[in-house]
Amino acid sequence: MPAARSAHFDDLRAKVRALEQADRRAAGVLPFEVATLDAALPGGGLALGALHEVAGGGDDAVGGAAAALFAAGIVARLPGPVLWCITRPDLFAPALNHAGLGPDRVIYVEAGDEKALMACFEEGLRHGGLAGVVCETSRLTMTASRRLQLAAEASGVIGLAVRRWRRAAEAADFGQPTAAATRWRVSAEPSAPLPVPGIGRARWRIELMRCRGADAADFILDACDETGRLALPAELARRSVAPPAGRRRTAA
Amino acid sequence: MTACNAAAAASGARVGMAATQAQALIPGLDVRDADPHGDAEALDRLALWAMHRYAPVCQADPPDGLAIDVTGAAHLKGGEAALLRDLATRLQGVGVTSRGVVGPTLGAAHAVARFRANQSLIAEDGVDAALSPLPLEALRLPADLPAGLRRMGFERIGDVAHRPRAPLQLRFGAELGRRLDQAYGRSGEPLIPVEAPETPRVERVFAEPIGAPETLARYAGALAEALCGQLETRGLGARRLDWLCYRVDNRIEAVRVGLAKPVRDVRRLTRLLTDKIETIAPGFGIDRMTLAASAAEPLNWRPAAARFGAEAAPDVSMLVDTLANRIGADRLYRLSPVESDVPERSTRKVAPLSAPTGGAWAPDWPRPTRLFRKPEPIETIALLPDNPPTHFTWRGVRRRIRRADGPERIFGEWGRRDAEMWAVRDYFQVEDDAGERFWLFRAGDGEDATTGSQAWFIHGRFG
Repeated sequence: MPAARSAHFDDLRAKVRALEQADRRAAGVLPFEVATLDAALPGGGLALGALHEVAGGGDDAVGGAAAALFAAGIVARLPGPVLWCITRPDLFAPALNHAGLGPDRVIYVEAGDEKALMACFEEGLRHGGLAGVVCETSRLTMTASRRLQLAAEASGVIGLAVRRWRRAAEAADFGQPTAAATRWRVSAEPSAPLPVPGIGRARWRIELMRCRGADAADFILDACDETGRLALPAELARRSVAPPAGRRRTAA
Repeated sequence: MTACNAAAAASGARVGMAATQAQALIPGLDVRDADPHGDAEALDRLALWAMHRYAPVCQADPPDGLAIDVTGAAHLKGGEAALLRDLATRLQGVGVTSRGVVGPTLGAAHAVARFRANQSLIAEDGVDAALSPLPLEALRLPADLPAGLRRMGFERIGDVAHRPRAPLQLRFGAELGRRLDQAYGRSGEPLIPVEAPETPRVERVFAEPIGAPETLARYAGALAEALCGQLETRGLGARRLDWLCYRVDNRIEAVRVGLAKPVRDVRRLTRLLTDKIETIAPGFGIDRMTLAASAAEPLNWRPAAARFGAEAAPDVSMLVDTLANRIGADRLYRLSPVESDVPERSTRKVAPLSAPTGGAWAPDWPRPTRLFRKPEPIETIALLPDNPPTHFTWRGVRRRIRRADGPERIFGEWGRRDAEMWAVRDYFQVEDDAGERFWLFRAGDGEDATTGSQAWFIHGRFG
């Protein structure tokens, strides 16, 4: 494509974006502070004021442990209280504390059913004074996600839907389209062997399955530390050549 | 004699006896003068207490009863049975013996509470079964009526309830039919809610009954505005609102809204009230509304930011109130640290807006993201006494353990339960081939049988 034409397209895109965001608050982005990951996201980070979906891979689609910790690491790095909407009270608060999300910051909402859960999620997003709202849900329809996305856009608060199913077979639901800005899958990877017996820092395969305005990609990263930050695995970071950008995949 | 306690009754004293006769029967009997005025006042105080604690519509039911309209309020205490238990325990705590019954009508509950010892819940369709075997006195009839009915051969409520009404009415008057209808729920029986004179309260009477949700919302706003005016002159903020809608058929639709902090903001109060409009059944219309701040506290303004130029901390109390009134205040909480090594005891629910606890859990020990409510048994192969397992089978899936960390020994808290005197759990963090991490423990130290069964359990999974 000639350079002039491409510049013209860029100009048009910027105009369309400006039109789309006329009534939205410019919420900015939250960088992951991992160069490869941030490079794969438009704007250099996770968009605030948007809805994002996270699910666990494999067994964790039911367990939802890594996905919850991934979400906790994101909201831990934003200032303010966090609303965490659940239906099953099995989240262990000390683990969130390890990911940088202290006990005084999280307000749990235990909704009785999915309908009440969605209402609480939306109410939290509309409020605007929170760092973020996390909701553990199994069902997220196009209509519901659209409402949530609009609520998040209006208030500039990040919404994280941690998808968690009752049975592994139901996880196929994750292929259904939603209005979320990004869709992530976090699954466990074997950690790097230590020179002594024991277990090192957990490691995740983080798949960016869908992202509005960018390509899908996947990464292998070390799990959240005590401030909620991900990190490039040590043996990759120390290599002499530049670490490869996220592997490209066909758009999902 | 107007009343006696259980000990006196066991010795032969009966209500209605002459006091001298009772004194002759029981030596050393403690006799006090009856104080009907004092009793009535105490009953009113009790009704006020019940209004604060249980439901907005409560009424003293002299001489010895308390009527509470628990419609839409019981779930806040965990259901009707739990509400009754709570009520009985609290009354017992202050030395009041009580019998509580929840039923579909006041008449039925009143009768069963006084004439049946072994029933405390009446189902919606169980009124007839509950009332039929009871004596006629249970119907709250004038004193001479049951005797007259008995002379005609009617012994039980069931005998008169299904008789043709007209001959009975001709002989005994309208009272019998009215009480029967009230007990069976065929005619309404309005409660007159007890109210404390000092409660800020506003009222609105309508010339024409209203019923449309939009109209209700409009008047909710008007009432909230008037109430805030009253609160302002007294320097108070509402902690709880009771919104009573009196229907034309004499029923009261009650809405109770709780607030986490004292509030005097018309918009917030209106929002919380309008959220509840769908729970109001207007029937043929509502002709009177009252709104009362049944709990109010001094409202002290505080500066929003500690320093000049500092950003104000976001106020989430509105959100907390909205959610708490929608799904129940006990379902909204923070988890604060507790000084306990036992994982399931290391968190405690606190109110969402309580002051920051400042504490935290020990940062060095691995703790799983998901903790199972009950540890699940697993099959393992492990070397005793303190090696981690090499395999484990959980929910039918066998996993090989690649790496493990542990043991972390947790001792039972003998100060809490005797059974934990010697109990020990050895926790291991393990990673399987795929990299998934689990939290396993062995009940017991691997050597001594008194420390536990030496069986293996899975207690959580790491992220």
